[in-house]
Amino acid sequence: MATTAHKIKFREAQIEMAHGAGGKASRRLVEGLFAPLLYGSSAGPLADAAHIQINGTRIAMTTDSFVVKPLRFPGGSIGELAINGTVNDLAVSGAKAEAIVVTFILEAGLPTDVLEAEVRAMGRAAENAGVLIAGGDTKVVEHGHADGMYITTTGIGRLLSGVAISPRSVRPGDKVLLSGPIGDHGITILLARGDLDLEAELHSDTRSVLPLVQAIVREAGAGVRWMRDPTRGGVATSLNELARDCGLGIVLFEEKIPVRDSVRGACELLGLDPLHIANEGQFLAVVAADQADAALQALRSTTGGEAATVIGEVREQPESAVLVTTLYGGTRMVDMLVGDPLPRIC
Amino acid sequence: MKFVDEFRAPELISKAGEEIRRLADPNRHYRIMEVCGGHTHAIYRFGLKDLLPDNVELIHGPGCPVCVLPMGRIDDGLSLAAEPNFIFAAFGDMMRVPGTHGSPLEYKARGMDVRIVYSPADALKLARNNPEKHVMFFAIGFETTAPSTALTLIRAKAESLKNFSVFCNHIVITPALRAIIDAPDMVLDGFVGPGHVSTVIGCQPYLWIAEEAGKPVVVSGFEPLDILQSMVMLLRQLNAGEAKVENQYKRVVAWEGNRAALRAMEEVFELRSEFEWRGLGFIPQSAYKLRASYAQWDAEQRFTVPGVRVTDPKAAQCGEVLRGVLKPAQCRLFGRECTPEQPVGALMVSSEGSCAAHYNYGHLKPVTISSAAYRAAAH
Amino acid sequence: MCLAIPGKIIALDSLNASQALVDVVGVRRKVDLGLLQDAPPVPGDWVLIHVGFAMSKISEADAADQMRTLNMLGEVDAAMEEVRGYGLDYDIPDPSSRRWKQ
Repeated sequence: MATTAHKIKFREAQIEMAHGAGGKASRRLVEGLFAPLLYGSSAGPLADAAHIQINGTRIAMTTDSFVVKPLRFPGGSIGELAINGTVNDLAVSGAKAEAIVVTFILEAGLPTDVLEAEVRAMGRAAENAGVLIAGGDTKVVEHGHADGMYITTTGIGRLLSGVAISPRSVRPGDKVLLSGPIGDHGITILLARGDLDLEAELHSDTRSVLPLVQAIVREAGAGVRWMRDPTRGGVATSLNELARDCGLGIVLFEEKIPVRDSVRGACELLGLDPLHIANEGQFLAVVAADQADAALQALRSTTGGEAATVIGEVREQPESAVLVTTLYGGTRMVDMLVGDPLPRIC
Repeated sequence: MKFVDEFRAPELISKAGEEIRRLADPNRHYRIMEVCGGHTHAIYRFGLKDLLPDNVELIHGPGCPVCVLPMGRIDDGLSLAAEPNFIFAAFGDMMRVPGTHGSPLEYKARGMDVRIVYSPADALKLARNNPEKHVMFFAIGFETTAPSTALTLIRAKAESLKNFSVFCNHIVITPALRAIIDAPDMVLDGFVGPGHVSTVIGCQPYLWIAEEAGKPVVVSGFEPLDILQSMVMLLRQLNAGEAKVENQYKRVVAWEGNRAALRAMEEVFELRSEFEWRGLGFIPQSAYKLRASYAQWDAEQRFTVPGVRVTDPKAAQCGEVLRGVLKPAQCRLFGRECTPEQPVGALMVSSEGSCAAHYNYGHLKPVTISSAAYRAAAH
Repeated sequence: MCLAIPGKIIALDSLNASQALVDVVGVRRKVDLGLLQDAPPVPGDWVLIHVGFAMSKISEADAADQMRTLNMLGEVDAAMEEVRGYGLDYDIPDPSSRRWKQ
């Protein structure tokens, strides 16, 4: 293990909110502190799930913590997110979640019916995703901490056959597929907090993407190079990570990116970019050009994948960056998100 | 979206781009300043630079209230956030702007009550809903935003709401333009005028730019076609040797502005004798403060504010970039010491700042993709 | 420097005359009409919204006028003269037609 002194590049004096927001600051923390201390310098590209070998069997493993205000929101709740999030992290690494263990951190004073509702929601989500909740742990912290409850889920999964995901296998000419409209979850949460006094008919997209992943792997497995669920930091952050890891350019076609009207309206009103908004039920896939049609058809013929579309492609240029092009020949670079998306008036 | 999508129609944008290329005299170099940061943002967001010929250069102006706010003002405002039972409310734009001891967001992470509001009226609502606390709204913005703050204060006074105050940083655009135009290294040929400021002040306040400085001004909307049409109008004036103030944004901007908004501002604000702008220094009569009749709601009068002054880092060349003498990437700190995550200079602070916009959207050489190639690729 | 977005007035607040419910492609918010007190808008009007306040009424006629000008951009100058000279109607997009997304 990493007992030798690998270079710690993380120089910030204290942890700020941005270090948990899934953007550049998060990446600096992971790559600058966790990876050098825990893995040595040869960490390789960071992924949503680890694939490890035990007695000759390769399994996928991941963990994720869920911190959300409010606990319940249109289309979902923290319990549902906690199961779907871990199922999805395993799915986009090319694995089917088999078992999950759960840790609850509860705030003293939390009404039991609130907890009960979340436990029920988790049970339903687990049943829906075909995953066993194998065990768990509970801790209670003093009143005033933990925003009611935090949930951590850790899952293991069986690798799907016929697929091997790696950003290093991505080639120029590959197509970028997206499973459906973006920004629903992030905007729903922003509105549900109530501070902005905005209302819209909008629901979180939280769901298991496993059926969609299984469909694409079944029809175009050998051509699937990379997958990711664009949660915090949105599509822009996920694709920037890919661009960095493969050294190639990701070119998106602006008109092809599906965004619901009300998400767009909220984004225009608040000065946000839908590409930076979190999703909890979508995934991105990079597929070899000759298999892209098959992959797209596979998604579209699966329930919940009807709106899947090709949103872009991989090119030699611009190196390690994401570029959005418009129909009239305009281009703009899209960077990772810095911190949480904040509404702006300027 | 009505009044939005039609002004983003790709065919018309291509056509407007062609018209600009046709109008641009190859023997001339045009330096046009878009005054407003909203225009800067739109130009990058829609990739409009890619449509302009090389000899039509856009220079990003001072119209970014976050960028030009001196760090000392942020320190002053945040110095109050530590008071007991105090809520510091500000627009999301302010939340990541660094003060000497951190940004409002960092103060919040340390346990102070910092709230993001979408409207000054929301800050007032916070005060109504939290009678046991004091709510201070940290106000920023040009004349577009100032009337909303003014009306909010008029309402607070009418209600005799005692637990509400405003820390006023509202600024005025024309003195900053004068500072830029009067600078000895002035290189600009014309101006894309700030459309949303003009909904309030109208088009007359720019007449001196045409009449005294001899430079054309076109007050412009913010959609791609608005900006391109304004460029067409400017090039036509420049080619004809004219200098007029024109209103491209007639669907929204009345020539005489919004009188009710001006009245609200007149009731609440008066001009400060001078105010400091990051990158431009002290500019006379360039900002508002609350009138004596609103002293009770003026955080600067009601509380003891340290009056911090933080000088701009010398290495940052924000002033030159603001005046169009340097391009963002020509500043010696750009993209190295000074990035959007760790801004040193004013223009990297807000996503509207010309340096941040350039860094986020354009710091790599854009790859030119023709419409035909795009369509082929997209299908 | 100032983000402002067009929205359509859905309803005036019956309890507070200076408040209205405004719709921006399916997103609704209470907006303050206090700055338009000289010519108060009515439901169906489009207003420009900045920081929760309506800043100005948007003129459909001026928008259509602008589209007309934009559609003629790049036409040969002589043709434009001709149109003006004869007062001919040009192909003007109809704001109510389906091409214009709401």
